[in-house]
Amino acid sequence: MDRRLFLAGTAAVVFVPLSPATATPDAMAEAIRKIVGTATPTEGRVKLDVPPLVENGSTVPLTVSVDSPMTEADHVKAIHVFNEKNPQPNIFSARLGPRSGKAIVGTRIKLGDSQRIVAIVETSDGKFWSAGADVIVTLAACLEESP
Amino acid sequence: MSNILVNAPKTARRGAVIEIKALIMHPMETGFRPGPNGRIIPRNIIERFTATWNGAEIFAMDMSPAIAANPFVSFFAEAKESGTVVLRWTGDEGFVAEQRVDIAVE
Repeated sequence: MDRRLFLAGTAAVVFVPLSPATATPDAMAEAIRKIVGTATPTEGRVKLDVPPLVENGSTVPLTVSVDSPMTEADHVKAIHVFNEKNPQPNIFSARLGPRSGKAIVGTRIKLGDSQRIVAIVETSDGKFWSAGADVIVTLAACLEESP
Repeated sequence: MSNILVNAPKTARRGAVIEIKALIMHPMETGFRPGPNGRIIPRNIIERFTATWNGAEIFAMDMSPAIAANPFVSFFAEAKESGTVVLRWTGDEGFVAEQRVDIAVE
């Protein structure tokens, strides 16, 4: 077999599994724009707790807490979390209200790569707040079927 | 069917803010991974989690494939009156699961 052809063939085989579209910082910005519209989120009031160094990207604890009195007049309406490099930019969107008492939401997420996580919070006055965190992942989530 | 683990106080003082933690067994298959035969395993995730207190919604969450397998959610709620909290998960392939928790408010 032609050596060049063989090399090209193996290259194709190697790169096919990597082809699924991944979210990019642009895709994340686009997803955020869908939520905030023309408004610009202000940094602050939001605390995004996620470990800075993660060994296993399959389960990464993440907590978003917002400094808000959670009253009828002033409360958090929604918390959205986005990522840059997973196949899709959205992680979750949570809906809260004055009944929540505290604007704290915790969950566990998957990360396919080292990347930046961004939380966008919508308050009852129609304003948007944000917080970001960089996470380094040493073993990415779910690239293959687990053994 | 599915295994659910909920952690919430059985009693609460009126007006207290309580934490409710919920864990459900679910693969949260992303739809981006090839299986043993090289084909992509079809997506199978929980899309939505809701919590109601005596019928009124207190918390809702739209999930994506980026939520880890066996989704865990913790959130807070103000205890206003005794009643039943219904946690409900819905998702792909007609997945529905429900768990009721009774909370007495004094």
